[in-house]
Amino acid sequence: MNEVARAKALSLTERARRAAAVAAAHADDVDAAGRFPREAVDAMKAERLLGIQVPAYLGGEGASTAEIAEVCSILGQACSASAMVFAMHQIKASSLVSHGEGAPWHEGYMRRMAADQLLLASATTEGGIGGNLRNSICAIEVDGDICRLTKDATVISYATEADAILITSRARADSAPSDQVMTVFEKGQYTLEKTHHWDTLGMRGTRSDGFIFKGEAPAEQILPKPFAEIAAQSMLANSHILWSGVWFGIASDAFARAQAFVRAAARKSPGSVPPGALRLAEASNLLQLVKSNILAALQQYDAAQKDETKLSSMGFAVAMNNVKIASSQTILEIINHCLLICGIMGYKNGTPYSLGRHLRDAHSAQLMISNDRILGNTSTMLLVNKQDTSLLG
Amino acid sequence: MVTRIRELLAKHGALPVSVETLSDTADLYEAGLSSFASVQLMLALEDAFNVEFPEHLLNRKSFASIAAIRDAVASLTGEAVA
Ligand SMILES: Cc1cc2nc3c(=O)[nH]c(=O)nc-3n(C[C@H](O)[C@H](O)[C@H](O)COP(=O)(O)OP(=O)(O)OC[C@H]3O[C@@H](n4cnc5c(N)ncnc54)[C@H](O)[C@@H]3O)c2cc1C
Repeated sequence: MNEVARAKALSLTERARRAAAVAAAHADDVDAAGRFPREAVDAMKAERLLGIQVPAYLGGEGASTAEIAEVCSILGQACSASAMVFAMHQIKASSLVSHGEGAPWHEGYMRRMAADQLLLASATTEGGIGGNLRNSICAIEVDGDICRLTKDATVISYATEADAILITSRARADSAPSDQVMTVFEKGQYTLEKTHHWDTLGMRGTRSDGFIFKGEAPAEQILPKPFAEIAAQSMLANSHILWSGVWFGIASDAFARAQAFVRAAARKSPGSVPPGALRLAEASNLLQLVKSNILAALQQYDAAQKDETKLSSMGFAVAMNNVKIASSQTILEIINHCLLICGIMGYKNGTPYSLGRHLRDAHSAQLMISNDRILGNTSTMLLVNKQDTSLLG
Repeated sequence: MVTRIRELLAKHGALPVSVETLSDTADLYEAGLSSFASVQLMLALEDAFNVEFPEHLLNRKSFASIAAIRDAVASLTGEAVA
């Protein structure tokens, strides 16, 4: 059996756990140094995790969003930065898988992605637009068979480590800001001039520096569908679900640490329930809420995938937005409970109960596409959309 | 009906181009219709034609062109499209 066959023969969760073990071993150093989680990403490649979403006929494994979310959660329990790199890569892969089929260049690229375990980065955020990914200032210029793009990309995670960047822009120089396309630029087809240094509270290992991106590539690398459709039909659900998978993983690990603390306390004083136990029960309740919410979203996405109209509907967008809002807020509550349970042992770095990294990483969740912006979009849709009030849908 | 739709689009669509320059089948999103403006337009249409858009019409396709809006509204008012 060769290496690839060996990796694929193991179950996906087993492979994810092996990569997670590597990620966990380096998580504190990655966080402290604010460096790219090289060992973890190398382990993901060795476990053939980067190409799992590519359809089997193109050399991947056709993994479902649910399976990928589970991998995000497993990695998230080990190292949030590594997990977020994996999640962002898979979100970009979903754009290719959902909208690149039938396009010869993109099919070829997916084949290479699976074979060579290529890492994809994303550039939607732009100076002057912030987190509003459905607007672009920059425009792609198509000149015969060639396209060129310059973008003030204020945040591109792991840009210098990626094998390609999927980047949004206006479709033409005279297009409206919301008339956008997404283009795949491969390493070697662009230059990156660093403008912002990523020295942040948390998610330090994602290395989300800012750059002036300048690219030139064959025009066939522009995805054949308008970005509006890519955003509505695959990116929205994949982002909110896979990010939530990572966040659930962070909160789950915090919970595991708090539970270990309570159990150790219980062993020390047999016959009495430790004071943190009640709060642990509350945290368990919240963790289950987050999990149920993600599972419900996966079910909804699965059902909508068979129906393009539903996929682009307001009801679906409202539901996906709500998942993101709920998980990004609730994990902070969970981790705060865990911190209260573990007390000073959680507050201190370098103990088995340390929660500083979890808490700091988790704070990125409400900013990663600002919750205020998302709530603003939802509130607009609710002017006409009726809330889904049925239990079974 | 199309004339009225065009009026409402001009008023609520917040398009960077003049509505007169758009054919009935021109892609409104390409013309710059934002999701915020499309909701404002929906509210105006509901008011003008005394209808309520049901869930299955609340998607991008229903508002992709003037013709699509006409079909959506007609399906609710029961009016012939012609
Ligand atoms: C770990 C991490 C990794 C990331 N990686 C990438 C990446 O690889 N590629 C990429 O393109 N981006 C990336 N981002 C950026 C992300 O996609 C968002 O663009 C960014 O987090 C939002 O930026 P902002 O807060 O500056 O902008 P805004 O969304 O503009 O928000 C700024 C402030 O203004 C308020 N605000 C602005 N507009 C509105 C509105 N319409 N309604 C209500 N409130 C509003 C918000 O509440 C917020 O407080 C990453 C972010 C994080 C945290």
